[in-house]
Amino acid sequence: MDQFLQLVVAGLATGAIYALAAIGFTLVWQTSQTINFAQGEFVMLPAILVLVGTHAGLPVWAAFAVASIAFVLLFGFGFKRFLVEPMQRHGVLPLAIATMALSVLVKEAAKNGFSAEAQPFPSLVPDGMLSLWGAALSARDLAIFVVAVVAIVGLQLFITRTRTGRTMQATAQNPTVARILGIPVERMILLTFLINAMLALVASYLVSPVYLAKFSNGESIGLAAFIAAIVGGFNQIRGALAGGFLIGLIDNLTAAYVSSAYRTAVPLVVLVVVILVKPEGLLGRKEERTV
Amino acid sequence: MTKTTCSTAIALTTSLAASLLVLGGTAQAADPVKLIDVIELSGPGAPAGTNWKNGVDLAVKEINAKGGILGRPIAVTHYDSQTNPGATRAAVQRAVDEDAYVVLGPIFSGPISASMQITQRAGVPQIVGGEASAFTKQGNPYIFRTSLNQADAMPKLANYLRDEVKAKSVAVVWVNNDFGKGGRDAMIPELQKRGIQVAADIATESGQADFAADAIKVKNANADAVFVYLNEEESARFLRAARQQAIAKPVIGETTLLGAKVIELAGEAANGVKGHVGLLVDAPKPGFAAFGKTYQDAYGFTSDHNGIKGYTAVYTVKTITERVGKFDREAFAKTLHGARIDVAQEPGILIDTKWLENGDVDRESFLVEVTDGKPVVKATLPMINP
Repeated sequence: MDQFLQLVVAGLATGAIYALAAIGFTLVWQTSQTINFAQGEFVMLPAILVLVGTHAGLPVWAAFAVASIAFVLLFGFGFKRFLVEPMQRHGVLPLAIATMALSVLVKEAAKNGFSAEAQPFPSLVPDGMLSLWGAALSARDLAIFVVAVVAIVGLQLFITRTRTGRTMQATAQNPTVARILGIPVERMILLTFLINAMLALVASYLVSPVYLAKFSNGESIGLAAFIAAIVGGFNQIRGALAGGFLIGLIDNLTAAYVSSAYRTAVPLVVLVVVILVKPEGLLGRKEERTV
Repeated sequence: MTKTTCSTAIALTTSLAASLLVLGGTAQAADPVKLIDVIELSGPGAPAGTNWKNGVDLAVKEINAKGGILGRPIAVTHYDSQTNPGATRAAVQRAVDEDAYVVLGPIFSGPISASMQITQRAGVPQIVGGEASAFTKQGNPYIFRTSLNQADAMPKLANYLRDEVKAKSVAVVWVNNDFGKGGRDAMIPELQKRGIQVAADIATESGQADFAADAIKVKNANADAVFVYLNEEESARFLRAARQQAIAKPVIGETTLLGAKVIELAGEAANGVKGHVGLLVDAPKPGFAAFGKTYQDAYGFTSDHNGIKGYTAVYTVKTITERVGKFDREAFAKTLHGARIDVAQEPGILIDTKWLENGDVDRESFLVEVTDGKPVVKATLPMINP
């Protein structure tokens, strides 16, 4: 029982990272009806930028600050302004392909511009064990889980309880009507992209001390988050959240009770089953479009 | 034209032709000797490959500064194997097509097994960094190691677990590739021969990032010790996960658990780790210390065993070629089988080394413990067949 509880906590911590990245998929989907295939690289890059700063001689806190600001500007504002906006008018497919190209570009730039090797990354959470219901649980796992949940709940409250959040929702649901109602649609869309960048930033800083900072980290995180978003429901933040936790749990329980070799395969099986049984995702909303 | 003028012209022409022949001969003698290094510069093997490449470059620079090999400078080219068997095969084929005198690398055992037939068919010697047992059992006369065969290291480690750690049960964590499976298959019988129970047998994947589930399984196996046989980056991630899960049992491993890069990546989680190491810049050998300093000055970080392997591979090429007295690949391979190179004869070899008939090496090795982020040598183990 102890082992199961430990695996559940570790799985929820992993799932929290997936959820942060998966929510990014849903945010971009809701505002631009496309899939950001560079989402995994968005999670990889902030940690690399921090290390670039520390290697350049900046104190750790300054490196975090500079990297965070630079990343949100480049991959929040810059991503929308210089990639999404120009490509969106050509349709969904060219935009999706452009995000694939961005994914490769970011990964190769991190590899060639910084390092192909993994690098240690400073942890914001101390190691240690906490006793909970008789089981010794990792403090870092619990902290990752709590920080991610706080970030997600904060986002949910912002979207549902504030005027700005509600106008963001209105923009996502129907930009034309929102524009008629006087909502600054472009500003709301920009806000969505900035939030996506900030969520990726949090995920990056939480996961990199455990996975180590490496150019290829985005591959596995991006795939897991993509599966999580589809399983949970691509058009619902709560769906991405549930999908993230579910895939994290499946991932860890598979590694422990089946084999590490199947930890990528089992979530894919779940994905296939969900697509066959409930194509809109576990908590997703059915969408109908006129063609 | 008079007879005298004609004779003078003939003499001048002959002198000119002779001069050109001499000059041409000199130019040919000074043509660079081509070494092609197929090495892991990206993918899971990047830490190992980067160290190896740096070691190769350092040795080439030193040898060229002293006049090269038999008067010819070395020209080294590095190709990235991407830690991928397919990419390695393509790179090794390219090396052969480009007329490499010797192919250096790769390090990972899977890519070695996938590519060594290419050099064998072409009759090009290949000096590799792999430890898996399998590839020197196939009768390939052109494959040579720079590190100990894992099968030779496991009995030493099993004795250490029984005699020093006093372990009655061991959890075995290994990476599911040629290197890891070879180590696991060599270690488990050695443990069983000594009456040590295998409490958990945990396979992990190459390039795996999340080791939380594996660490939890190890913890709950409650073994007396943990034997870890993973590649460098994965070793560091496992050690971090083990620390996160507060695993207090001794963690024992081989060279890939105790390398400088692993210690750097794992940070405090590496402290207390013990094991058997074939090559180490901190080992009590004067050559290692000098090499370690030169490497540190050149690249700004400490070399791991792969840096030493790359460095000594180039000095092996130099020494054996000088013994042969010419650039003859077949004679090189024949001479290296059964050869012994001592530091007294060639300081660049760093530690007395003997090559067996199958291409394996034999040399002294070390028992090491990581203390305060530094590997500390606790004992020196002798050659198996001195």
